[in-house]
Amino acid sequence: MEMPAPNPQIIAQKARIVKRLRAALPEGAVIDAEAEVRAYECDALTAYSCPPLAVVLPGTTEDVAKALRICHEAGVPVVPRGAGTSLAGGALPTADSVILGVARMSQVLETDYDNRFIRVQTGRTNLSVTGAVEEAGFFYAPDPSSQLACAIAGNIAMNSGGAHCLKYGVTTNNLLGVTMVTMEGEVIEIGGAHMDAAGLDLLGLICGSEGQLGVVTEATLRILPKPEGARPVLVGFDSNEVAGQCVSDIIKAGLLPVAIEFMDRPCIRATEAFAKAGYPDCEALLIIEVEGSDAEIDAQLARIVEIAERHDPVEIRESGSAEESAKIWLGRKSAFGAMGQINDYMCLDGTIPVSALPHVLRRIGEMSKDYGLDVGNVFHAGDGNMHPLILFDANKPGDLEKCEAFGADILRLCVEVGGCLTGEHGVGIEKRDLMGHQYAPEDLEIQMAVKDVFDPGWLLNPAKVFPLAATGARREAAV
Amino acid sequence: MTQAARPQSEAELAEIVAGSNGPLRIAGGGTRRSGGAGAALTTRGLSGVTLHEPGALTLVARAGTPLAEVERVLASEGQRLAFEPMDHRGLLGTKGAPTIGGAVAANVSGPRRVVVGAARDFLLGVRFVDGQGRILKNGGRVMKNVTGYDLVKLMAGSWGTLGVITEVSLKVLPAPEVTGTLLIEGLSDADAVRAMAAALGSPFEVTGAAHLPGDAPLTLLRIEGMEASVAYRAEALCGVLSEFGVSRVETDPEAGAALWRAVRDVEAFHGRDGHVWRLSVKPSEAPELVARLGAEAVIYDWGGGLVWALAAPGVDVRAAMAGTKGHATLIRGEGPPMFHPEPAPIARISEGLRAAFDPRGVFNPGLMG
Ligand SMILES: Cc1cc2nc3c(=O)[nH]c(=O)nc-3n(C[C@H](O)[C@H](O)[C@H](O)COP(=O)(O)OP(=O)(O)OC[C@H]3O[C@@H](n4cnc5c(N)ncnc54)[C@H](O)[C@@H]3O)c2cc1C
Repeated sequence: MEMPAPNPQIIAQKARIVKRLRAALPEGAVIDAEAEVRAYECDALTAYSCPPLAVVLPGTTEDVAKALRICHEAGVPVVPRGAGTSLAGGALPTADSVILGVARMSQVLETDYDNRFIRVQTGRTNLSVTGAVEEAGFFYAPDPSSQLACAIAGNIAMNSGGAHCLKYGVTTNNLLGVTMVTMEGEVIEIGGAHMDAAGLDLLGLICGSEGQLGVVTEATLRILPKPEGARPVLVGFDSNEVAGQCVSDIIKAGLLPVAIEFMDRPCIRATEAFAKAGYPDCEALLIIEVEGSDAEIDAQLARIVEIAERHDPVEIRESGSAEESAKIWLGRKSAFGAMGQINDYMCLDGTIPVSALPHVLRRIGEMSKDYGLDVGNVFHAGDGNMHPLILFDANKPGDLEKCEAFGADILRLCVEVGGCLTGEHGVGIEKRDLMGHQYAPEDLEIQMAVKDVFDPGWLLNPAKVFPLAATGARREAAV
Repeated sequence: MTQAARPQSEAELAEIVAGSNGPLRIAGGGTRRSGGAGAALTTRGLSGVTLHEPGALTLVARAGTPLAEVERVLASEGQRLAFEPMDHRGLLGTKGAPTIGGAVAANVSGPRRVVVGAARDFLLGVRFVDGQGRILKNGGRVMKNVTGYDLVKLMAGSWGTLGVITEVSLKVLPAPEVTGTLLIEGLSDADAVRAMAAALGSPFEVTGAAHLPGDAPLTLLRIEGMEASVAYRAEALCGVLSEFGVSRVETDPEAGAALWRAVRDVEAFHGRDGHVWRLSVKPSEAPELVARLGAEAVIYDWGGGLVWALAAPGVDVRAAMAGTKGHATLIRGEGPPMFHPEPAPIARISEGLRAAFDPRGVFNPGLMG
């Protein structure tokens, strides 16, 4: 994945830029020592790294604004950063850029149970938002698997999802307002404790804009009362096709589980070897979770089991207790770790219409043979968001490139069947150059025109999201 | 008035826009507010549900498809539009058939919005024609999609000022087996908002919370789902609300639907003169705001977060809101701008976006700013 060549003039001015930032910001907020900036050279897409010019870690919105004003004046690109868990290279710096990290801004500013929201600084981790309201019986719904580490800042920038979004939606459906600082250093408030925009829905636009429109420093998030309980059922099948059909039938029957997770045989095997969750040895399995009181859960699970039984399952395991639930989830939750034990892996994130599931899984299997790389599938089946994990050996020359080519083929297939390149991880650098498969040039042009409005100089996270060739003129005009 | 242009295809619509040399007034069924001046352009010629995949909870329809048709197609598979779009005809005295494109363009949502989200939350993808006559798309037909900027949300609620929507993809949901409505009589506005907060803050999945003040105040709380489940939750909620005294639970489907339709369409204001305002505020601040509003009548929806106010034309609702966060939209009446004035930096961004999508300013000029 290519990144634009850094601007030598900016690198030459490093000392002056750092000095100005230091003068404006509190002690310790600016890092420029080579050994220390290395900690910010990549995100969770570790195949790509580059130490930034400097790192700024402000504690307040006002300090974020000061830092941005200085960078804006000096024409320095800025890469916003939350916790650095992006799988798409969204937080990858260039040598001429300043990383603006919100990790030190993690306070809860307001909790309001009557109006069901919490206002936080965006450096706060996802899980600790729920942590702050749990005792009162509430939770924050979007739950990416990285929730222990990832920050609300990154969740907003990527419009992150989670296992329970079939029922609760993704970040954008749970975001009520933000405080954002523009590249010029202007602080703006959008939304708040009330619903819907007064005019154009800027909040909806900012969520998912991958740090290219502004730096989000505070967020008002919707919190929900915790359900009385939740329990899953595990169902194993002889074929992917039948499992896919079962998902569709459950949804058609009017049931709305909170989660429907899917694992295929390679993934089940790897997981069994690693976590010993006692999963059946079968082609495909589903974990379907429902919520409510004990009686409500029993009633819903009974209906799901009735539907599943029509599909000749090899096994049905209904959870009757918290321990049994944990056992059923154990394998699914360790799937990524299990695959990681076997080899390095790349995690894809395309979404497909649920009806295309059998076809897509079959094609992935065929491509896996052609490329000679193993792949396991584990994903959110209810919403068609796939996570093929391609195994490769980072130490073997050419393997990463082969894996990337395989990944690109899978994503093109997702688009072909009516889906998209990324369901929750974002484009970043990883899928940037594939955007032309999903969108025509003018569809991308209008998106870039949106960035022109917020950041005419193209200084905020400039080399992401759009094909480099498409943004060249804009980025160079900025220099 | 001359006949509205009524293109039969997206390509024809794009040609009309590209060839227009003056403002265009964009409409679907013409049942909601639209731009004032300009040549009328309707999407009604672009009609039809092109895809409904019940097992994937998705529906794709051309923008001019009547809402009633969309609802019929969904109902045939036991599904529905969960955002419960209101019908503006009774309130505005308009005729015609509301379209799905119009509902989306105006981000029209009803009582269920407080829990499941607005039209914008169910919109998965759009095709539209921009101010230069280019046919563009954003999003798609899958439920999770973060590929590029989310212009889908931006188009929802843009009231035709950014582009003419030609096709929409929507997430749909199963319709529940049964619905129950808890009724509480005689609460003050402040107590009603407290009761609604208690219900919405409980785990019993309330999907509607409205309060109709007046001589015989009535507070309504809705639960939906499987039969046994609704019965169980109704009882549990009566416990949560014991302090307020639930008088009865309406389980008759027709009667229940009529109650919520009255809230959704603001039937209390039908046939009454005056300006109609739609206020979005923090629920707990609503009763005090209403007390100083000087309105003739109000109803509360969304647990108090949405206030419908009927006020004499001279009443400055926005001035009364000073110091309260939120916004007021003028749904019916002339004089003040329809949309709440935005702070300068936001107004500047919105202006920039309109210029990017519609550089010649042909779409519903002046409607949003
Ligand atoms: C093991 C693992 C599991 C994961 N599981 C999931 C999952 O289930 N669902 C899911 O959706 N994702 C998942 N992810 C991806 C990742 O965790 C999410 O994208 C997350 O939201 C990133 O948050 P972050 O704070 O780490 O952001 P970062 O990685 O720091 O940044 C991500 C993007 O946000 C921008 N950004 C950061 N802060 C700001 C700010 N203040 N203002 C504006 N822009 C900003 C950055 O520039 C970058 O483009 C997973 C990642 C890992 C490593």
